[in-house]
Amino acid sequence: MGWVGKSLRRKEDERLIRGNGLFTDDEQIEGMLHLFILRSPYGHARIRSVDTSAAEAVPGVACILTGADIKEQCTPFMQLGPDPCGKIVDLPLAVDKVVFQGEPVAAVAASSAAIAMDAGQLIEVDYDMLDAVVDAEEALNDEVIVHEGAGTNRVWQGVFEYGNVDKAFADAAHVVKINRLHFHRFSSAPLETNGCVAEWTRQGDIDFLCNNSFPGFAKQLLSPGLRVPIEKLRMRSYDIGGSFGVKIWNYVYMALAALASRKTGGRKVKWSETRTEHLLASGHGNERTFLDTEVALDRDGVITGIRSRHIDDCGAYTRYEPLGCVIWSQVLPGVYGVRNIRIDFTQVLTNKCPVVPNRGYSRMQHLWFMERIIDICAHEVGIPADEMRLKNYVREFPYETPNGCVYDSGDYPAMLAMAKELIGWDEWQRKKAQARKDGRWLGIGIGTTLDSGTNNFGQAQIMNQYLPFSGNSEVCSIRLDFDGSVIVTLGTGPSGQGHETAASQVVADELNIDPSMVQVRPGFDSAWNTFSGHSGTYASQFAVTGLSAVHGACQKLKKQMLQLASFILEASDDDLEFGVGSEGPQLNVKGTDKKINYWYLSNLANNNNAVLDETLADVTLNVRHVYRPPFKVPDTGRKFGNLTLTYAAQLHIAVIEVDKETCHAKILAYAAVDDCGNVINPQIAEGQVQGATGHGLGAALMETFNYDEAGNLLTSTFSDYCPITSMNMPDIQYGNIETPSPFSYNGAKGMGEGGGAPLHTVSAALQDALHSAGVIVTDSHHSPPEVFRRIRSPNRATAVSVETRR
Amino acid sequence: MSQRVGITVTVNGTQYDRDVEPRLLLVQFIREELRLTGTHIGCDTTYCGACTVLLNGVPVKSCTVLAVQADGGEILTVEGLEKDGKLHPLQVAFSEHHGLQCGYCTPGMLMSAYYLLESNKDPTREDIRKGIQGNLCRCTGYSNIFTAIDDAAVKMRKEA
Repeated sequence: MGWVGKSLRRKEDERLIRGNGLFTDDEQIEGMLHLFILRSPYGHARIRSVDTSAAEAVPGVACILTGADIKEQCTPFMQLGPDPCGKIVDLPLAVDKVVFQGEPVAAVAASSAAIAMDAGQLIEVDYDMLDAVVDAEEALNDEVIVHEGAGTNRVWQGVFEYGNVDKAFADAAHVVKINRLHFHRFSSAPLETNGCVAEWTRQGDIDFLCNNSFPGFAKQLLSPGLRVPIEKLRMRSYDIGGSFGVKIWNYVYMALAALASRKTGGRKVKWSETRTEHLLASGHGNERTFLDTEVALDRDGVITGIRSRHIDDCGAYTRYEPLGCVIWSQVLPGVYGVRNIRIDFTQVLTNKCPVVPNRGYSRMQHLWFMERIIDICAHEVGIPADEMRLKNYVREFPYETPNGCVYDSGDYPAMLAMAKELIGWDEWQRKKAQARKDGRWLGIGIGTTLDSGTNNFGQAQIMNQYLPFSGNSEVCSIRLDFDGSVIVTLGTGPSGQGHETAASQVVADELNIDPSMVQVRPGFDSAWNTFSGHSGTYASQFAVTGLSAVHGACQKLKKQMLQLASFILEASDDDLEFGVGSEGPQLNVKGTDKKINYWYLSNLANNNNAVLDETLADVTLNVRHVYRPPFKVPDTGRKFGNLTLTYAAQLHIAVIEVDKETCHAKILAYAAVDDCGNVINPQIAEGQVQGATGHGLGAALMETFNYDEAGNLLTSTFSDYCPITSMNMPDIQYGNIETPSPFSYNGAKGMGEGGGAPLHTVSAALQDALHSAGVIVTDSHHSPPEVFRRIRSPNRATAVSVETRR
Repeated sequence: MSQRVGITVTVNGTQYDRDVEPRLLLVQFIREELRLTGTHIGCDTTYCGACTVLLNGVPVKSCTVLAVQADGGEILTVEGLEKDGKLHPLQVAFSEHHGLQCGYCTPGMLMSAYYLLESNKDPTREDIRKGIQGNLCRCTGYSNIFTAIDDAAVKMRKEA
């Protein structure tokens, strides 16, 4: 016993450190075709004609697909949102018009990737350029319409109002007004790009080896889109080279590879996205603008009310959106006790890459907003940043937020204390005071983020009341194979999170064996019949949904093993114990040498069953368990209900100095404290924190998707996008506390999406460094040119105002 | 593009003679001709380092070398690190210190680290940072990779 909670070395590593992983692009089959996708060079343009004749003549070309073909063969992909979302025509190739740079226009399948690309470049597309709209606020004017069929760019609008907001403002001692805050566009950009190998057989079966990270959902979109029965569609993956949510909607491209396979009589077609294609058109994180924010505070600096208007920019297609219009409300008040909140939330289409649920999806944007509020209020009202947080933290758990979410557990003051200790708070305060005297820009910032995990899909009904989605689930199957080995199958389709290892720790504890005796099958395969509509790796839930499924499957298996063993050994269940003997894993009668090993047990169930009696008819030693969290459908009218099961938290502190000449924001010290409840594998959990911190720091200081007015992406290669490297990553002082969740069987909280914390923290540290220079930090991106601009045009006089009444 | 050029390369100790298109990239040659798919492609602009291999003892990003340029050369890829069933200390250290998550950057990262430790037996943390600055990792935040390389260096010094 006791494997859970240990830093067991990962099982996945055995193949990955040898270069023996299997990523989609590694699949190589004789005679396979390669797909090249011709993409729009324009952000917004009418397609007048597509001439493929020159390309067709290239030797080695097997087929060419255009929008005209696709239109006849596909049903537009389902959009989750209510009208006008349903009027958006979303096909794998553009038909009459392109609406973002990089949108697919035609595809070529050929005997080699090089020939496909050569031929693709001979396709002549005649475009009429149209004005593009790239700014969310401008897009709301509907002067340029992204999808004419929808008739408007405004795809969703809703008011989230709780408590008595007007009274909070009437009674306020201070009202802080912040004109405009902006959360920039970036993506976690996994190192492996999207890809698949598709085969549409003459029997009408479709097989995908792919790297989709939410296969339970993708299957439900691909089936109607390709007009095939869902059973005919097999999705599998082996190793996935990172996803961070970005690989949730690569189904759009998978469809194209499948159509090319069908058109070539069932030949296998491989598609591997290039890095530029990935940055241009694989999915960006949600960009959000926060307008006319007002914050009511009492005399002591406790926030009593917030009202604001938020505009989310979802790019050119809605797809998974407008789910992000609701997801943020899982963390409506952030980590703070404010009860009176009114947020008017709108989402709008623009001529930019569609958004995708990127690590920290939608909550990160909102938590950054909440952290900017608390931080700006602290600086403007004159309360030290740490005290301001301590005055406002939620302290009693479970805590029901104004919109009915239940924060399971936490201790934010303890996390703050630990982070202060790790970074050497008092010493840095002294250094900061000295730096001020020396005229240097040194700041210390605090950022607290919530990683709400295991979402209740019922919240989708707040966005679209007719959606038949709610709750959540995950699946695990366990069987004893003929040789007695323990085979575990997961529905999760991980992308680097070590699920094979963590699951084997849980099984080892349940069966009282060594994790090396547990085989967890790598990857995902719908043919294994171990998945539900929610299966996938997203929304910080494996430790809860995935492992609860594993735990539940173990209980079912153990029950059957006990039945069988007690029959053979003529002992009662209570007298049997699980363990390992000289012949491997076994059950034995306590205090005796009577035992039965797993091979013997399995053989009875599978090969030698005439010795069993009818009471054992249901014993198969091959069980499947579906875990369902205890959710209810939210009250969609009030936008009220529990939207997530667990709330992991991260508290970061950064010390940053801005170089006065280069405007480079240099991190001098950084601490990260994590609370994900009971930790399953400390090394993996810390790895998630380190990695998420890397993403957040990269996003805060370097990474951004910049578009020009015509909708050209200016950062479409890694050289321009500037992902964080080993040279930019500071050393992290890591700590953790464990406040067990009362809502999961193991006390764990889902985690892995703490990527938001560095964005909040860096903004806060820069606020501290630059407040005296008249700068209010109103944007989440802080590359040197951005910092330079802010210092050159101090905005304090226009960005913020404080009204003190009593 | 039908003209092909004969090349001879030695990869992980085995000599290969192949006729290749002049435009074939070394990484494509390694992955598609030799079926050594441990070497990965993560970008197309010599930025990410997932395709790093050693060519004549020096790390190169094999997406930016033509296969014909490697003619007559000796190449070491991740598949060549394990010797006689024994993992290289770097491979062990990456696993022990959780220096990999998805594993996609790992082969290239290992090759850069291998070169670093070949040329500097006792690197500082700053040397390690510089040694892998051309290799992106999107999962780990690098910290555990630094620790793994440092630990491998310590163990290799002890063994030497």
